[in-house]
Amino acid sequence: MDLLNIENISKAYSAHQALSAINLIIPEQSIFGLLGPNGSGKTTLIRIINRIIQQDSGRVFLRGQEMDHELVRKIGYLPEERGLYKKMKVGEQLVYLAQLKGLPRVEAVKRIKQWLEKLALQDWWNKNVEDLSKGMAQKVQFIATVVHEPTLLILDEPFSGFDPINADLIKNEILELRDRGATIIFSTHRMESVEELCDHIALFNQSQKILDGPKRKIKEQHKKGLYQITFKGTLEAKEAFSVQQLTTNEEGLQQAVLKFNEEAKPNDLIQLLIKEVELYSFAEKIPTINEIFISKVTTES
Amino acid sequence: MNKINIIIAREFLTRVRKKSFIIASLLGPIIMGAVLFLPAYFAMNSQGSKSFVVIDESEQMETLFVSDEDIEYRYVIMSLEEAKRDLRENDADGLIYIPAFNVEDPKGFILYATSNQSLSTISDIERKIDNYIEEIRLEASGLDKAIIDSFKVNIEVSTINLSETGAEQESSSGAATVIGYIASFLIYMFVFIYGAMCMRGVIEEKNSRIVEVILSSVKPFELMMGKVIGIAMVGLTQFVLWILLTGAVTMGVSAVMVSDGAEMAQVAAGDNIIQMEPTLIENAFSALGAVNFPLVIGAFLFYFIGGYLLYGALFAAIGSASDSDADAQQFIFPVTAPLIVSIISLSIVLEDPHGSIAFWMSIIPFTSPIIMMMRIPFGVAPWELILSMSMLILGFLFTLWIAGRIYRIGILMHGTKVNWKILAKWFMTSDEM
Repeated sequence: MDLLNIENISKAYSAHQALSAINLIIPEQSIFGLLGPNGSGKTTLIRIINRIIQQDSGRVFLRGQEMDHELVRKIGYLPEERGLYKKMKVGEQLVYLAQLKGLPRVEAVKRIKQWLEKLALQDWWNKNVEDLSKGMAQKVQFIATVVHEPTLLILDEPFSGFDPINADLIKNEILELRDRGATIIFSTHRMESVEELCDHIALFNQSQKILDGPKRKIKEQHKKGLYQITFKGTLEAKEAFSVQQLTTNEEGLQQAVLKFNEEAKPNDLIQLLIKEVELYSFAEKIPTINEIFISKVTTES
Repeated sequence: MNKINIIIAREFLTRVRKKSFIIASLLGPIIMGAVLFLPAYFAMNSQGSKSFVVIDESEQMETLFVSDEDIEYRYVIMSLEEAKRDLRENDADGLIYIPAFNVEDPKGFILYATSNQSLSTISDIERKIDNYIEEIRLEASGLDKAIIDSFKVNIEVSTINLSETGAEQESSSGAATVIGYIASFLIYMFVFIYGAMCMRGVIEEKNSRIVEVILSSVKPFELMMGKVIGIAMVGLTQFVLWILLTGAVTMGVSAVMVSDGAEMAQVAAGDNIIQMEPTLIENAFSALGAVNFPLVIGAFLFYFIGGYLLYGALFAAIGSASDSDADAQQFIFPVTAPLIVSIISLSIVLEDPHGSIAFWMSIIPFTSPIIMMMRIPFGVAPWELILSMSMLILGFLFTLWIAGRIYRIGILMHGTKVNWKILAKWFMTSDEM
């Protein structure tokens, strides 16, 4: 079952086209990465899903229902530009934001206390937000995003501003929420940062969606039959493969990227190689999302 | 709970719990009470602990200056030069020098004072000497004092307004002016203070970027209305507190002053100036009584809320278009110009509270809150009041509509140099949520 269906969404700001006819399906319980450089339209799409701005055309459906002001409460949104009322107490502020998402006060207080405890902030209920460190404020903001147990969590650059320890903490919370049934949309321009987390991705560039699907499938499709090996000895190109790259690594081993010239199994290549050199490692070279993105963008333009 | 109520509650509670609000609530009435009563209080008590030395070279006025608890008069027999020298050592406030004078042409009276004496002290001394010499002259002329006294008249012109229904209404334009001024200035002040509060609230939300989180839960118009209404309630609360506390302060102070005043009146009985005062005070009270206070207070609340909503919405729109207070400045003046014009026009309105300038300015919603409050104490026909109030309601609905359209776009814009043209474009943008 699909959680979110985005149909033919377009949006223009005066002279500038922000989104051109975007279609996107986000499966239930996926961790979906919206990837692309700054200004590619990710934030605009997110704001349209959240009904913060209105699309020029197209529709958004949550579990088959068109998005409206009631349904939008099922979303938890962490914007890229974080912010809280500086002069308001942590607890009060979280209760306020939870109430706006439709949570009754008593329930909100209960859940917020649990969350503060979980993130080691239980002593900060009565402190003003301006007294918090940046990392603590980020945690508070994260609680505000998830406290109403949203079906869909939209996180815009979620790890920016977190130190590695807190980033890891938040990452684990996100995975836990996914396991409990939430669907998560990540938006980022730092492709490597979410590569390990996402199971689905969509690539955006200049208001267009240029690629989307399950991450594994995309990588599969973009494999170029390259293998990376480390070895000792001298390697010369053969009929079966060509040498794309040759370097020496820190341990003094030779390192090479090889490309098969024909459809061949790895075992065949290994058999070829061990006759020539002393082989230390052999691995298929799987393209990173970043590499796929760059190759996609450069071939298109 | 409805979302807009949640927003109103936050806007209200975070502000009324602030120290600045509590201080302003307490200080307001104290300052108002001070402005109203301190001058009177000082005037009554200023003679408190005075002492004067009297040299009577005429040897006629030994009994004229009688010490009372406010002023001590001490007759001395020494030369003027000696007395002047002793003045400071004697710790007296002044030296009254009465020369041997000619009843036909009395002059040469001098008050040597160690500090500036109030006009009332000096006129009090003058009056005592005047009265004494008058009596001597009367006796000399052989006229009967009783007959002379019977010639004296002391009339008061009481003003009575004939209202359109023909009913007579006692009024005092003095009291009406004071009440009109106070009400007008309060409206002006409140609209400015709370309008600016609204604007800063919007800028804060925009700058701290929390607005994006909130807008993922509520519509921009709900957020704006919640803020505008929440702050209106802060203003109302402040006003009500001021009324209650001023009432308490006034009652406390006047209780003290009335007892003081009664003693003074007793002491001064027989003195013809004081004799006039009861009628003055009576008049002031009856004029105040003639002012329709329920109407003035009711109208004040209405024009305060109406005027605030009208301008508060515009202030919110300005805030949404600005990244900082400094950015907002360029829009504040044009938007608040009608308020300033109203305040400047008060004196014109006062000259002719029922003239055409006064009439039109009290109908146009941008000026009516201030101008109407100036006119109401002078009596305004019900149809004018109803027209003015209806126009004000239409007025703030109109500005709320305009402000809402600018706000929904402006609140998400950062780093844009905004001018009037851009505001107009935002207003025209058609994506209704």
